[in-house]
Amino acid sequence: MSPRYDKAVREAGLTVSEGRGFTRAKELAFQGVLIFSVAIGVVGLVTLIVQAFVNGLPRLNLALLTDPPSPLPAQAGLESAIVGTIFLMVGVAIVVLPIGVGAAIYLEEYANGERWWNRLIEVNIQNLAAVPSIVYGILGLAFIVRGPLGLGPVVAAGSLTLALLVLPTVILASREAIRAVPSSLRQGALALGATQWQTIRKQVLPASIPGIATGMILSLSRAIGETAPLLLVGGVTFITANPKGFDDLFTALPLQIFNYTTRPQDEFRVIAAAGVIVMLVLLVSMNSVAITIRNRYKRKMEVN
Amino acid sequence: MSENERLEIHVKQLIRLAPARPLALLALSGLALGVAACGGGGEGQGAGAEGGEQLSGTINIDGSSTVAPISEAAAAAFQAEPPDVRVTVGTSGTGGGFEKFCKGETDISDASRAVEEDEMEACSKENISFEEITVANDGIAVALNPQNPVTCLTTDQLTQIWDKGSDVSSWSQVDGLQPSFGQELKLFGPGTDSGTFDFFTEAINGEEGQQRTDYNNVGEDDNQTVRGVQGSEGGMGYFGLSFIKENEGKLKAAEVDGGQGCVAPSNETVQDGSYAPLGRPLFIYPSDKAVKRPEVKAFLEFYVENAQMLAEQALFVPLTDEQKSEAQQKIESLGSQQAAVR
Amino acid sequence: MASAKGSAISRPTVRGLGIVRPRYGELAIRTVLLACAFVSVLTTFGIVASLVGPTIEFFQAVSLREFFLTTDWAPTFTPARFGVIPIVVGTLSVTFWALLIAVPFGLGAAIYLSEYARPRARRTLKPILEVLEGIPTIAYGFFAVTFVTPLLRELWFAGEPPAIFNVLSAGLVMGVMILPTVASLSEDAMSAVPRGLREGGYALGGSKLQVSTRVVVPAALSGIVASFVLGFSRAIGETVVVLLAAGAIANLTLDPRESVQTMTAFIAATGSGDIATGTITYKTIFAVGSLLFTITFIVNLISIWLVRRYRQVYS
Repeated sequence: MSPRYDKAVREAGLTVSEGRGFTRAKELAFQGVLIFSVAIGVVGLVTLIVQAFVNGLPRLNLALLTDPPSPLPAQAGLESAIVGTIFLMVGVAIVVLPIGVGAAIYLEEYANGERWWNRLIEVNIQNLAAVPSIVYGILGLAFIVRGPLGLGPVVAAGSLTLALLVLPTVILASREAIRAVPSSLRQGALALGATQWQTIRKQVLPASIPGIATGMILSLSRAIGETAPLLLVGGVTFITANPKGFDDLFTALPLQIFNYTTRPQDEFRVIAAAGVIVMLVLLVSMNSVAITIRNRYKRKMEVN
Repeated sequence: MSENERLEIHVKQLIRLAPARPLALLALSGLALGVAACGGGGEGQGAGAEGGEQLSGTINIDGSSTVAPISEAAAAAFQAEPPDVRVTVGTSGTGGGFEKFCKGETDISDASRAVEEDEMEACSKENISFEEITVANDGIAVALNPQNPVTCLTTDQLTQIWDKGSDVSSWSQVDGLQPSFGQELKLFGPGTDSGTFDFFTEAINGEEGQQRTDYNNVGEDDNQTVRGVQGSEGGMGYFGLSFIKENEGKLKAAEVDGGQGCVAPSNETVQDGSYAPLGRPLFIYPSDKAVKRPEVKAFLEFYVENAQMLAEQALFVPLTDEQKSEAQQKIESLGSQQAAVR
Repeated sequence: MASAKGSAISRPTVRGLGIVRPRYGELAIRTVLLACAFVSVLTTFGIVASLVGPTIEFFQAVSLREFFLTTDWAPTFTPARFGVIPIVVGTLSVTFWALLIAVPFGLGAAIYLSEYARPRARRTLKPILEVLEGIPTIAYGFFAVTFVTPLLRELWFAGEPPAIFNVLSAGLVMGVMILPTVASLSEDAMSAVPRGLREGGYALGGSKLQVSTRVVVPAALSGIVASFVLGFSRAIGETVVVLLAAGAIANLTLDPRESVQTMTAFIAATGSGDIATGTITYKTIFAVGSLLFTITFIVNLISIWLVRRYRQVYS
């Protein structure tokens, strides 16, 4: 449809030929309400970001990232929290990438949608996406920190819990990416005598890597911001040292911000705000990396 | 399924649809990657320190949230020297700390009250023996909002407010309150795992654990009590004296009349025992098994040696000289026991 | 595509010279991938298993009647009382205020984006909404305690100002947090309404207001309702904002100025305090967790049913 037609449709109904003042007023009032609705969201976002910046700017410096947490505000930083978060994310990626992509490949390439067990799997994935994150924390506490796995409140336990939390998202994104691969690629490979797995490994997967990478980064960015499960799984110990490995105690960025927010000294509020800024920057950049990857490979694929 | 559809649509848009503005986004991501790189690369604490002895290992401390700041200060100072010893300090509460301690999960337990019978039994069942070392003195401060005109509370009034079954909801209902004050009463206090809770309830209500339940239960997070009382004109809470000192101007401590007149909590009144019945010693309990490790012994010696300075740094009431030499003797005897066994 | 998947292509066999030999490598790979997919089933199973055991033990010690019908919540005290109503009401109270913001204004924003906005405005606003959705909850929690609560207390003009921890701050901030979800989903639903319907409405002389509210919204109703239900789900399950801003006292009240404790805040506060495994307090975490899980599960089922019922299929 031409732009002129679109414009015409959009502006249809905006002028009332039988100019009855009341109807016109109603129309304007309604538009006002709608614009107000949008404004609430935008104003909320802007206020949140500006307030974090205004509060946190005094402490937004390199020392924030290299000083470990401390009960003395002048020396308190976020180092162990940042390193802890990095460790956690590496762990999450290691766990969720093979399982999520594997599940996606199975559901897209192998599964017969009529069989009951495949439907069960699909329903499960959908249900899990709606479970509150604190319940994942309970699962982690019961089975991973204590119970059968009994790892204790260590990085590995945090990674596993968060991995389970974001698994549905990774599966979904990977499925999308795999679905987007044109079937001509598959059929060509099969026609040349490749087995199904060879087709997937050599043709489908490489073509869907950008989409999968995008999905992974999105899921990781969601996992980074999760606080509730970590409260139950990581414990609120005051950790000043960086974790030495996956079987070490840890703290994470949202946990540390939480800790600083609850302290009444005003200086800690500044540090917490600075932490919020760090998180926001981290998340925005992760999302943009994801989008950039997708764009670059999309162009590459189109050229081919 | 709504969440699924939502995610699906969101992901579809990102994976398939129109490109966004790459340049600005790339710049942002570059900035953030820089931030993350700097953060991940810096090893601030403990690197490059010489350290005489080759001590290494991890020391796990858990327990009272009141004692934790001193232990944290000791840990921070101790870790500044030998680079390989890691000390972690948890705040599960005096009760929670003992539970873990008596399972062998921690090396030292922080406590704001003395260990109890059933805890001693639990420990002996697991063959864990320990020592009791006093590291500081403390008074439980009764915190009031600065706008509250009341300056002194008797223990009877405290009992009336805090006892089990009490339904006092306004300051005007407190018997014999001087001067009169009509604000709504808002109570903030620690949870049942807290040694402060145990001590306060025993001292004021006569039995440990006995208290009304309709108060703002901050668990181990005494900072929430500070914030709560600071923000409520009729607010009242209790915690260790250090929190008053840390938040000067935001709160005030009520004088407590235990029968000998109104006494304000201070270093002197706590040390000479006149701030009664809310004065108490603060303990650490190292396990004998842990003390056998050289790094733990070194840490304990460091702790007690510097206890007075650490206490002052953490705004606690320091040990009297008498208490300090007693503690040092205990540490020495732990060491010599070890030597004797060998 | 679906039928092609499970057919001859995926059968892991080799035909050569009339002999059909199974290709074990292919079979192995297929099994491994199936196992990956099964992890999701395992997770659900794990969640249910982790909740069910301790919950049953809990209800052996505490009567159902006491849990669901009494109003005194003091599980960590002696003698412990387990009336869950105050924290359920706390949850619903905060959720109410959150939805009061998110539902009307989310829908309004969606209508604006879908029907009124110029393409350029839409291109700017939609990403802003997406960014809002991606902000971590800790940032919202921080915002609530450091900005919204003091602001409310300063500007309050009718009677006693809100307490330092109160329902309203948490609810309002949660509303802003959930608004983009409602707006996004509703907007997607409205975009899916075929243009022909709108054109028909305008052709019949309808104003924009009339077409939007009487043609488009009813046509997209299933998606819109789904967005409301999703918002409700998210509000009930939110932890950090209420933990920081709503309070820690199991207070049975509807007054938004008072402090309350929600189910999620109780779980977080008690679970992070390292309770010993096997004690009644530990089991209480699971009992409340089961209740929370059951509520969100039922809400999701309702949403599926609603979507199915009101979905209009366009050829």
